[in-house]
Amino acid sequence: MSTVASGSRITATADGVRFDRSHRWGAWYVAEHELRRIPGYKWSMLATAIGSPLLYLLAFGVGLATLIRSGGSAGVDGVSYAQFVIPAFLCAGAVGTATEEFTFGVLLGFKWNETYLGMNAGPITPRQIVGGHILFTIIRMAVTSGIFLVIAMAFGAIRFPEGLLVLPIAILGGLAFGIPIAAYSTTIREDRGQFAVIGRTVVLPMTLFSGTVFPITQLPIWLQWIGWISPLWHSTQLARDAAYGHAEPGWLTLIHVVVLVALIAIGAAVEVRLATRRLNR
Amino acid sequence: MPSAVIEAVELVKTYQSTNAVDGISFEVAPGESFGLLGPNGAGKSTTMRMVGAVSTRTSGSLSILGMDPNESGPEIRSQLGVVPQTDNLDTELRVRENLLVYGRYFGIPRAVVAKRADELLEFAQLSDRAKAKVDDLSGGMKRRLTIARALVNEPRILLLDEPTTGLDPQARHILWDRLFRLKEQGTTLLLTTHYMDEAEQLCDRLVVVDKGRIMAEGSPASLIKEYSTREVVELRFGSEKNQDAATTLAGVGERIEVLPDRVLIYAEDGESALAEAIRRGLQPITSLVRRSSLEDVFLRLTGRSLIE
Repeated sequence: MSTVASGSRITATADGVRFDRSHRWGAWYVAEHELRRIPGYKWSMLATAIGSPLLYLLAFGVGLATLIRSGGSAGVDGVSYAQFVIPAFLCAGAVGTATEEFTFGVLLGFKWNETYLGMNAGPITPRQIVGGHILFTIIRMAVTSGIFLVIAMAFGAIRFPEGLLVLPIAILGGLAFGIPIAAYSTTIREDRGQFAVIGRTVVLPMTLFSGTVFPITQLPIWLQWIGWISPLWHSTQLARDAAYGHAEPGWLTLIHVVVLVALIAIGAAVEVRLATRRLNR
Repeated sequence: MPSAVIEAVELVKTYQSTNAVDGISFEVAPGESFGLLGPNGAGKSTTMRMVGAVSTRTSGSLSILGMDPNESGPEIRSQLGVVPQTDNLDTELRVRENLLVYGRYFGIPRAVVAKRADELLEFAQLSDRAKAKVDDLSGGMKRRLTIARALVNEPRILLLDEPTTGLDPQARHILWDRLFRLKEQGTTLLLTTHYMDEAEQLCDRLVVVDKGRIMAEGSPASLIKEYSTREVVELRFGSEKNQDAATTLAGVGERIEVLPDRVLIYAEDGESALAEAIRRGLQPITSLVRRSSLEDVFLRLTGRSLIE
């Protein structure tokens, strides 16, 4: 075939089709697609977003705090127990949202309704699909954790305005845990309850031993490593810095940031590779 | 012939040492309706995925709209419409929303997509279902919605992988009518099917594919002319007696084929072949004289039936 003849036809695309826009904005179109699904579950999403901070505040601000005070302690880490745990729960909530999106959300696209295959049949690349799903999850975490943060600030559990930083920190933590999990989800061909196993053997122990409800220094040294490798511990410690000025050496703060960013970068690179392989059949 | 929009030369796809596609070559001209006919597992869908720029070929050369899918996959895909074998509609969105989100992938502005979505729903006869949930649609409706979605970017080539498999006869006829309209409007169609009637209705030209290779190429009529006789007599004697009857029939027509459930006599004049069979004292349980079809072509080429 002569390239001249074909070349003149290639530029003649249909009305409105603009490959340059797909190329530049593809990931955003994926996120836009996923945002459009929200009306289908907006009430459960909002109820969780508003309900869980209120429950935590009530339980830990009123209930458990009384118990701890009656034990003779003035609180933890120099602040009230509620102030200590609320940033941690905010971070854990973001991890929960991310876990949901990067397990079920990913397999939904690859397997259950194969929407990723549909996107990829158009001009959208695997990298854009991965990026778009991450973008959507960031937006979702921003909404749910944002609501949590506003409520926590209203009750004085997190200071203003420094505490606003808790939001990007929580999102960072969610991504640092979620994106590597997304890479794993991409390898799943048959659903044999792997996600329930992750919930029980990874998410639950991580939440318990990441300094969420007590500082990890309370643990014997042979259990503290769980915290060190846990993205949740790193995001929680950063969140406490922002929420009430938890004192920590500067190098440690830096390590928290480096660990979170590294997990995101490595996880995303692996996830893009795996998604590309899975979609190219 | 104007320059081809699809040009495949010695296309090969290997999965773990098995060649799913084993050296397929064909060309499709703009506006042409081209078919890959063959049984399940012949390599049709694999070929389709390579043409659709979502599967990297193992070897051979492939040019889609003058571009190499290895180099320009996304750019090629922005000008294709794809109807996959299994519908991958977003079941969490409503019918019309499926078109809206899909149109955006091609960089089409919102207002243009919205207008086109309405036109396509009209075309797919789904206007009254615009706000329905995808799961509430029948199989035929889902298929039509998938086709409407594939048309949202006004594709230069529409790829259809087994478009009517699993649909009831009425739904198939509605779909064929829609596809025939597209063909009349000059849309280039590439379709795979294992239904010979579908291939005969929709394809200007087709290749018969078996075990990853092309067995024959031509228009439905020319293939029938080349590989079969004008008419076929189908006789059923009961499974035990077909072989004996075939012996008695030796020399009648041009060729005799014994299948597990019937004997086929290939002849130019079916009625006189049938009369000859009766004259030889045979008493078939049922007899049918019909025109040759692509099914007969396939049987002749491979010794097997298309749908097994």
